[in-house]
Amino acid sequence: METILSISNLTKKYGSLTAVNNLSFTIQKGNVYGILGPNGSGKSTTLGITLNVVNETSGSFNWFNGQTSTHLALKKVGAIIERPNFYPYMSAYKNLKLVCKIKDISEDKIDEKLELVGLLDRKNSKFKTFSLGMKQRLAIASALLNDPEILILDEPTNGLDPQGIHQIRALIKDIASQGTTILLASHLLDEVEKVCSHVVVLRKGHKLYEGPVDQMISSNGFFELKSDDNQALLNYLASHPNIKDTKVLDGLVTAFLEAPMSASAFNKELIHNGIVLSHLVLRKESLEEQFLQLTDNLNDAN
Amino acid sequence: MLRLLNIEFIKLWNNRSSKVLILAYFILLTSIALIAAIKFDIGPIQFHLAEQGIFDFPYIWHFNTYVAGTLKFFLAIVIVSMMANEYSNKTIKQNLIDGLSKKEFIASKFITVSAFALISTLFVFIITLILGLSFSDNTEAYHVFSDTEYLLAFFVKLVGFFSICLFLGILVKRSAFALGFLFVWYVIEKIAYGLIRWEISATQDNWENITRFFPLESMSNLIKEPATRLGAAKELAKQVGEEFNFDYAVHWYEIVIVLAWTSLFIYWSYKLLKKRDL
Repeated sequence: METILSISNLTKKYGSLTAVNNLSFTIQKGNVYGILGPNGSGKSTTLGITLNVVNETSGSFNWFNGQTSTHLALKKVGAIIERPNFYPYMSAYKNLKLVCKIKDISEDKIDEKLELVGLLDRKNSKFKTFSLGMKQRLAIASALLNDPEILILDEPTNGLDPQGIHQIRALIKDIASQGTTILLASHLLDEVEKVCSHVVVLRKGHKLYEGPVDQMISSNGFFELKSDDNQALLNYLASHPNIKDTKVLDGLVTAFLEAPMSASAFNKELIHNGIVLSHLVLRKESLEEQFLQLTDNLNDAN
Repeated sequence: MLRLLNIEFIKLWNNRSSKVLILAYFILLTSIALIAAIKFDIGPIQFHLAEQGIFDFPYIWHFNTYVAGTLKFFLAIVIVSMMANEYSNKTIKQNLIDGLSKKEFIASKFITVSAFALISTLFVFIITLILGLSFSDNTEAYHVFSDTEYLLAFFVKLVGFFSICLFLGILVKRSAFALGFLFVWYVIEKIAYGLIRWEISATQDNWENITRFFPLESMSNLIKEPATRLGAAKELAKQVGEEFNFDYAVHWYEIVIVLAWTSLFIYWSYKLLKKRDL
């Protein structure tokens, strides 16, 4: 698989504060990555370093296996970090024209990308007249001008209204479905869960996890169960070898699995033992639950 | 290089205030020619500035480059704000993310200010030539093209001054404060100049050996004030028993000093940009 970005032992200190601490991960072509972490966990700093605007304290990174210098590599990257930054007095079209000049690419695609983000009819309006959602969409259009090898988005829905958030998400999904590698930094878990296949979880500059979303915690998922006779159900579960733990909340029994088991096999087994269910769902932990579990583990360890 | 110039041109030309200031500057530059029209005609006193010899070759090169040099503040505003605006709009960050290297960023600014200086010099050259050819008593090629080193001095002076502006724009990041800083710097230099002159000239006469190395002083030194060189002014001085005997020439070491400052300011700008996190 082709490596797009690899980061090794990256550290950034702001005085006594360590924003990024000995961080290493790699980005492979074709995946959609999420960098997850609460505010101040070092997401933007990490992206800033790889994008040539923040100087690392130690460690290194390289783009495309280190074949080109960073600024040449960035011409093949599309990135927006934090707020969309454009020249306020210039029209959308002219701003994009300037980006084309910087990236050394032809200006043919400007209209196409403006169309993609739904701003074609506003192409001659000045940037300063745009709403935040429109600015963010213009930034995405600008990042896509060179049909990038990787699209880097830092908190793309930050500060947007629900409609704006929905538009941006639909756009990201659309771009991801075309096979573009995406790196999405966010503290919004459902956002990452909806579009990402892989995650890097950061906390206080440390990496907690790197890998596919569904393997974040070693879990076989859990059953949500309801029965007319919950006590009998609980007694049965307590002696079941595949169940490691149970929880009851508002009459809903949650049974965590020790080993994988299908819902139908489990149902059959219960009926065989005289327990009839009124509700049965096999679920995997949501990203939020996984994330909390991961960070909780760390808190416990401390 | 053309790409960098083009990038900067798009940024500047679409900014209305920059555009107005640049146009105003070049219109004012052209209007030097209007000095020719200064004419008093009050009964017995008839005074026509153009006939006082200020448009005589080769003196006109000195006079025009000096007058044109005072207009550089118009462009200083444009240059300081073109740098500082990149910070306040955070577009410098986006430029770097889009793949402009820090070196290219500084280069694009420096090439632009050099282009400003070059165009100004060409303007002054053409205007001076036209004015001189219409008013000078002496239009032999030998006289017309002597003293043209003032044009070189004018170019170097502008590039040097604009480099300070660029550096201050990067250093201070706010255009108004950067211009204020430039003024404060000027005042400090003048005070230091006065002190050094006062302290040293009492014992020996070489105080200029120190002051000529001041950045702003070195730039104004390139083209010294031309008024005392004028025949009329010399006449006047003679009447009060003084004689002006200044050195008006452009010296090679003065050019070297300004070029050294220019490279330092550009180098410092680059270092500053490289060192800072955006």
